[in-house]
Amino acid sequence: MKTKNIMIVGVGGQGTLLTSRILGGITLDAGYDVKLSEVHGMAQRGGSVVTFVRYGDKVYEPIVEAGQADVLIAFERLEALRYAHFLKEDGVLIVNNQQIDPMPVVIGAAVYPENIVENLKKKYRVIDVDAISEAKKLGNTKVFNVIILGIAAQHMNFTKEEWLKVIENTVPPKTIDINKKAFEAGYHLLALS
Amino acid sequence: MKEKVIMLGNEAFARGAYEAGVKVSAAYPGTPSTEISENIIKYKEIYAEWSPNEKVAMEVAIGASMSGVRALASMKHVGLNVAADPLFTVSYIGVNGGLVVVVADDPGLYSSQNEQDTRAVARAAKVPVLEPSDSEEAKEFIKFAYELSEKYDTPVIVRSTTRLSHSQGMVELEERKEPEDKPYERNTGKNVMMPGNAKIRHMAVEQREIALSLDGCGFPINRAEYKDTGIGVVTSGIPYQYVKEAFPDASVLKLGLVNPLPRKLIEEFAARVDKLYIVEELDPIVEEQVKSWGIPVTGKKIFTVQGEYSANMLRTAINGEKLNLNEPAQIPQRPPILCPGCPHRSVFTVLNKLKIHAAGDIGCYTLGAVAPLSVVDTTVCMGASISSLHGMEKAKGKDYIKNWVAVIGDSTFLHTGINSLINMVYNQSTGTVLIMDNSTTGMTGHQDHAATGKTLMGGVTYAVDLPGLCRTIGVSHVEVVPAFDTVKLTSVLKEETARDEMSVIITKAPCVLLNKKKIDMQYKVNKNACKKCGMCLKPGCPAITKKEGGITRINETMCNGCGLCFGLCKFNAIEKVEV
Repeated sequence: MKTKNIMIVGVGGQGTLLTSRILGGITLDAGYDVKLSEVHGMAQRGGSVVTFVRYGDKVYEPIVEAGQADVLIAFERLEALRYAHFLKEDGVLIVNNQQIDPMPVVIGAAVYPENIVENLKKKYRVIDVDAISEAKKLGNTKVFNVIILGIAAQHMNFTKEEWLKVIENTVPPKTIDINKKAFEAGYHLLALS
Repeated sequence: MKEKVIMLGNEAFARGAYEAGVKVSAAYPGTPSTEISENIIKYKEIYAEWSPNEKVAMEVAIGASMSGVRALASMKHVGLNVAADPLFTVSYIGVNGGLVVVVADDPGLYSSQNEQDTRAVARAAKVPVLEPSDSEEAKEFIKFAYELSEKYDTPVIVRSTTRLSHSQGMVELEERKEPEDKPYERNTGKNVMMPGNAKIRHMAVEQREIALSLDGCGFPINRAEYKDTGIGVVTSGIPYQYVKEAFPDASVLKLGLVNPLPRKLIEEFAARVDKLYIVEELDPIVEEQVKSWGIPVTGKKIFTVQGEYSANMLRTAINGEKLNLNEPAQIPQRPPILCPGCPHRSVFTVLNKLKIHAAGDIGCYTLGAVAPLSVVDTTVCMGASISSLHGMEKAKGKDYIKNWVAVIGDSTFLHTGINSLINMVYNQSTGTVLIMDNSTTGMTGHQDHAATGKTLMGGVTYAVDLPGLCRTIGVSHVEVVPAFDTVKLTSVLKEETARDEMSVIITKAPCVLLNKKKIDMQYKVNKNACKKCGMCLKPGCPAITKKEGGITRINETMCNGCGLCFGLCKFNAIEKVEV
């Protein structure tokens, strides 16, 4: 199999690491060679963060480069825009339609771009979702990341059962139920709308 | 069948130490090395500790090795500078039980103050260096490093980089092999490095270098992969992966031992390929040596000495390939910032208001350098805030530093700040030092230290009393102020900076991410009362943004309820919300 390239981007503290752990688990269970690359340390403090996941028969490079991503999962709009050029021509961008102002915007030194999602749609295959609102419906805004993962799962070749099993094995025991619910919500979200 | 799992590079280093039969591990946290110790504590067979700094950690490991067990020290690249003193001499002493030091470099500066190359330090110390290139090798190389350490009577450095330490890959688990403790025998010629003994040991070190360079040609970790001999690449570590990705058909000499270099093996490889490249991140350590042997190679002429490499970068540099890629969008940067509810923000807001400059240090609070807080003027290395403030005073006089303070975290203070504070007392400084005590080592992800009352292995221990410590070394004015009490902090700062004697102010509040409990109070802006003055925006809290018409808004998914903005609003437009 040709190596699949997945990226998860967002703002430090949004829970990108948990999402990548789930992705790593599912590719491993399926018997693929897999490499994940993460960001720890200072950059995690509210900065722009990116996680790379690559799986296939044999994976060398642990990072995804510009023009190579099959799936780009963005937890925030501006970060979607920052990394959109990493997408392959037929790659899919899943963006959580949330705005978190970076410090240059907060202090008035820069302007948060307008119509990000609309403009990205002109150039890329984009699925946008307000995952925070969806998570509120489940009673816990923190699981918005697993909702997005549920949407992304529709663009990867694993079954729903495989996903649910790895979620069960990855998340803290107390949060298994809510995370499974969140995954299901995301997985079926677009089928319903 | 052996069990296969996915492991972070640092997790695999820890597993390697376990399988190698390591009994003692010591470290000070530092990105990207921290998770090695955090994973070692899964293995009950290993005693593991956070030491106050890397020099202490190295010496703890040396002692354990001298006593006859396998020992590990781990640190980031700049930590090795702190530990350089024992390293350079234990190179002469050698080992009894195997001694391995994992050092993690940070090409690309993800979380560091410089981009130095550990291989250069190791060469100067004449210590062998192994360089793994994925998680499986991270584990296996540690085990091989212990064999080398004991066979060649030397400490061994296993060098990592951020990309290896923080990437996950497949690892095959094996059982722990419990080596028998080596008997301790008094041997002053080897273990007491006074001049007469050291002269003799230096000869042993030089002979060891020659032996390793020769024997290294036969080590299985050095591997020539011959394919198309038109292009030959000598590489090691993570760059090996980029080479294989970009040039799957090229011949590759993959070095596992990068110091000393297996010269004959490299010469043989060079003779069999038409065009030879050396692909190494950071400094031209391998390249310069190979060139000195009269072998023509291409290296830093086309590859950078800065940052990380990638397959695309190699394609472009070697083939001159123009990659037809979409351009990145020109958009606002998103640099790291202090978290919502961070106690450092409160302290910096007060310093900013009082127009006080801060000599800074290494920790999350380095972020006090950037707008809008703009309080920290300098950052050099761990502990330098206190000593450099003292240097300024001695250069320009006590009045010059009346609007200056040093700021340092609790963990950093215990790392190397304490010596600097003793110096201020001894050499009669009048400066003011702020110890920003957030009860943890924050930036690296919350590790305990000597003042938290807990050990790495989860034990309860004596917690160093910071105010008591400062008084004991002779600081007469020690004040403890809650970090969010801006009124008290303002008056204490005014008083202490004006004083013609030195003072320590300890600002206390736990890191907002530490033992995160459910918050019961948040704040919101009352649109009707907001006068659009922008006061609440001054501390640069990421939860507060300016909305339509200048009215501010507090993001309820981010607010941690610290109340700093509440105290700053003169129009009572910020209201408490119970949640």
